[in-house]
Amino acid sequence: MAFTKDEVLAGLADLVNDETGIATENVQLEKSFTDDLDIDSISMMTIVVNAEEKFDVKIPDDEVKNLKTVQDAVDYITGAQA
Amino acid sequence: MTTLKSLPTRAGSRILSVGAARGDRLVPNDELVGPIDSSDEWIRQRTGIATRARVSDGSEAVDLAERAAKEAIERAGIDGSQLDAVIVSTISNTVQTPSMAALLTERVGATPAPAFDISAACAGYAYGVAQADALVRSGMAEHVLVVGVEKLSEVVDPTDRSISFLLGDGAGAVVVGAADEPGISPSVWGSDGSHWETIRMTNTLGSMRDGAPWPTLRQDGPTVFRWAVWEMAKKAREALDAAGIEPGDLAAFIPHQANMRIIDEFAKQLKLPDTVAIARDIETTGNTSAASIPLAMHRLLEEQPELSGGLALQIGFGAGLVYGAQVVVLP
Repeated sequence: MAFTKDEVLAGLADLVNDETGIATENVQLEKSFTDDLDIDSISMMTIVVNAEEKFDVKIPDDEVKNLKTVQDAVDYITGAQA
Repeated sequence: MTTLKSLPTRAGSRILSVGAARGDRLVPNDELVGPIDSSDEWIRQRTGIATRARVSDGSEAVDLAERAAKEAIERAGIDGSQLDAVIVSTISNTVQTPSMAALLTERVGATPAPAFDISAACAGYAYGVAQADALVRSGMAEHVLVVGVEKLSEVVDPTDRSISFLLGDGAGAVVVGAADEPGISPSVWGSDGSHWETIRMTNTLGSMRDGAPWPTLRQDGPTVFRWAVWEMAKKAREALDAAGIEPGDLAAFIPHQANMRIIDEFAKQLKLPDTVAIARDIETTGNTSAASIPLAMHRLLEEQPELSGGLALQIGFGAGLVYGAQVVVLP
């Protein structure tokens, strides 16, 4: 069953919280992972791998650098769902 | 038809002893942050490294190898002349040929033992132990010296933010000898050349001949991180299966000391119980590639001698990409 954008956002916020301790309500669509949320590349990769498992999608390494904002990630994950 | 003779095989091999030598100077983060526009906090947060051991006294890699090897030989209670093979894992030989192993063999009094280098980067030590185990069990050798040694301070670029600030110098050595039962499990090892450029030198010897600068090391950090944790966790589980044990049977986990974040996430993925000691030599020694596992083992045993005789999972992984893992009985 495909996840809705709201479900992906909520799930992503949980993963960000697990990895970094950032409050889930601060994980908003317009936020930049690096500039606003101060997530480094290693934490980003941990979140990506956990998101792959949670949403049953593949996010190749080459795509990760294109995921600049939470919106980018939500769009990619919802688009990549089978 | 004439049948060729074969040697009697052995039931097992084990690590008899370990020796260590580190670069003489611990270089703090503050000395490196200027050219990479960074801070002590930035480096600690991303790598867990406070200092890295580097050579400042003019020692070459082979000098570090000799110190570590002599300690291991002495602790094994043997003489250099009793070594039946010498294996050096390194990317730090100063020439393409002859091998560092041949010189080391002469220095430790083991000539005319067969001697060769292994080029398997951060997996080199695990590759060497796999070879030594096979040589001993096959009957071709009774004692094999395996050394992982690097002088990575030769290949750092002070302006590089990908890997240079992690790197240190050191050597770790073990003597592998015959045992009545297996003290080294079947090795799980392999390569993936489709990611050949993920960890690489900036240019080739040929390009240097044509005027290119001295080559330094680079890596695609996030890609390496993903591979080193999640793919290597699968290989680590395979190694435990090959040994016929569970994580709870381990006394210690000694991964290649690449980055503290990799070590922490790796341990989490393996669901290691709190009873398993985790090697964290990287905090002060830095990443010493092929030397890092035996150096970390040496420190663990100095700090927690009660681990001796327990089981340790060791896994190396790095440029190639290559990996090697086995469970060993700690000396």
